[in-house]
Amino acid sequence: MLKSSDDSEKKNLTRKVKDSEISVPIVYGNIAFWLGKKASEYQSHKWTVYVRGAANEDLGVVIKRASFQLHSSFNNPTRIVESPPFELSESGWGEFEIVITLHFHSDVTDKPLHLYHHLKLYPGDESGSLSTKKPVVVESYDEIVFPEPSEGFLSRVKDHPAVNVPRLPAGVTLPPVPMEDVDKRKRGDTNDHPLSQWFANFSEADELLKLAGARQQVQAHIARLRRQLSLMDGQPPQLKSASDL
Amino acid sequence: MDAKDILGLPKNALPIQEKKSKPPKETQRKPDGISREVYALMGGLAPLMPSVDVNQLKRKAQSENEKITWQWLPFTNSARKDNLQLYHWVRVVNGVPPTGDYSFAKFNKSVDVIKYTDEEYEKYLVDPAWTKEETDRLFDLCERFDLRFIVIADRFPSSKTVEELKNRFYSVSRAILIARAPSPGDVVGHPLVKEPYNVSQEIERKRALSMVLSHTKHQERRDVEVLAEAKRISEARKAAKAAEEPELPVMADTGHDVTDRGAVAADSISPSPSTQFPSATIANPVSETASVVASLRMLQVYLRSYALEQMVQAASSSAGLRTIKRVEQTLQDLGVNLKPKVPTRAVCAEHLELRKEILTLLSLQKQLQYKEAEGSSYRDGSYAETPGTPPPKRLQRAADLDRTFTPDSLSFGGERVGKRDQKRKGPGRSEAPSPPAQSKRPRKYKASD
Repeated sequence: MLKSSDDSEKKNLTRKVKDSEISVPIVYGNIAFWLGKKASEYQSHKWTVYVRGAANEDLGVVIKRASFQLHSSFNNPTRIVESPPFELSESGWGEFEIVITLHFHSDVTDKPLHLYHHLKLYPGDESGSLSTKKPVVVESYDEIVFPEPSEGFLSRVKDHPAVNVPRLPAGVTLPPVPMEDVDKRKRGDTNDHPLSQWFANFSEADELLKLAGARQQVQAHIARLRRQLSLMDGQPPQLKSASDL
Repeated sequence: MDAKDILGLPKNALPIQEKKSKPPKETQRKPDGISREVYALMGGLAPLMPSVDVNQLKRKAQSENEKITWQWLPFTNSARKDNLQLYHWVRVVNGVPPTGDYSFAKFNKSVDVIKYTDEEYEKYLVDPAWTKEETDRLFDLCERFDLRFIVIADRFPSSKTVEELKNRFYSVSRAILIARAPSPGDVVGHPLVKEPYNVSQEIERKRALSMVLSHTKHQERRDVEVLAEAKRISEARKAAKAAEEPELPVMADTGHDVTDRGAVAADSISPSPSTQFPSATIANPVSETASVVASLRMLQVYLRSYALEQMVQAASSSAGLRTIKRVEQTLQDLGVNLKPKVPTRAVCAEHLELRKEILTLLSLQKQLQYKEAEGSSYRDGSYAETPGTPPPKRLQRAADLDRTFTPDSLSFGGERVGKRDQKRKGPGRSEAPSPPAQSKRPRKYKASD
């Protein structure tokens, strides 16, 4: 990239692609291990809070930096993680809400995004008592959506596994991608994460199936009501035609 | 003028000023016959049930020591000019017959129709649409029929509409009133001057009234639906506009991509009230979501779950809190999470569709309930049970149509009727063998026709 042709180049890169969006499926939450015999009054659990790709992809391609806002009783309650994986481990005894702030690369957006996660250390009623073997895992699935991404951003991430890229509207051609080290892409994923065996699976198919079933029920109900209404409608006209209307 | 006399108001005072000073006194005064403690419990509100004035009961008891007889006595009526003598029974207390005028004579009111001279007519009243003879005739008839314009229009020799007659009468009266007043300030408060007769508005009013009266039930229901849709649309647009406006000036400063962004903004703003009149039912869900999408776009980055939340809110913006609760209840009954666990694009779209369908379902249920309630109130003939208050014309017609001998019970509250009706007949009423009241209806109707 030469500086002289930079101007038109830059304009291309920052131009917005209308009617499309880039989305990044993420999972955020925490895993907490009870320390068992080693537990002290103030350090009963060791926990990790994190933001990961939904299928453990490297989020570093989009997210530049993440900050975790801990309870004010921690030392340096604002913890900043500058590179993937975006996670933070601590130990403590109390549950509280953690604000995770994501900052994106400059071609993505300069606006940050906040996630709110309630740190959970103690298992609920259903999963029984404290155990050192089985951690407490609480994860939420969500998708970060970038409406009308810039062409530069779009072309940079269009083949990346962490990112859902739309089919491009007709007439839009993306500028060439600056070559990137393939190894570098792999680096930040969480596939080989030590905790990955505890990560939850989020199935879109299950959710869609459930919704489709519900919609079918509702539609059947609607059809039944419509029939009933039209049957009732069938009666008044007789009355009306017979009257002096 | 009559109304003032009947209310016992002074003739020259302006009615508006009177009203202003009166109400506060009335609301603070404790009505007679109610103890202070009971009145305090009501918090100064009017009682729901009419309370009996205790003093009235006492007074009757006191008058027992008077000797009351009823006598057949002659009387004259000052309202009559022919001095006709008639007889009636009169309550005589202690042998003294009541004196004074016939008690109903005071109701014989006649209208003071203004009289104009020929000279005044030439000066103030010439109107190309009216001859003097016609005007004279009109005022004659006005006096004779006490401003009953329907009757006057019927007797009027040349064909004029009621509105034309009224307009002429009131404009003449007004002109004379102003002309005769010593100064214009003396008559500004007079109703004729203050609120002149407006022909076009009157014609429009009657046209609208007749339109409403000739509406069928079906049209009426459609109107209600359309109005609800329009309200939803305008609210959604208002919200979208509010979301966009603070962003616009910022965008103007962003340098080289102003044109691009400007086009975007124009796109998103285009379905605004100025360019597109809320065209009733069709465009509605699109415009709601469009406004949300527009405001989301301004965010540059957001979570899918947040977008879904916004969409859900927009889609139910016109629904009441109860409806929203019922939608959520239905979702739970269907085993669907209120917030999807895996909010992908497809899941969110499906979720929204499901919610919309549930809204449709609920509104259909309501319609059905309403219809059944309507049917039952026909059968109950509940309108016929309130002889004191004549029902509105349309309802009267309905009641005439379907009046039966068997009024089940008093039923005025629409919802109560609906519930009860549903319990009694269940949803399949129209298919089920008809109950006796229903089979009786057509026969009765024929007989009365």
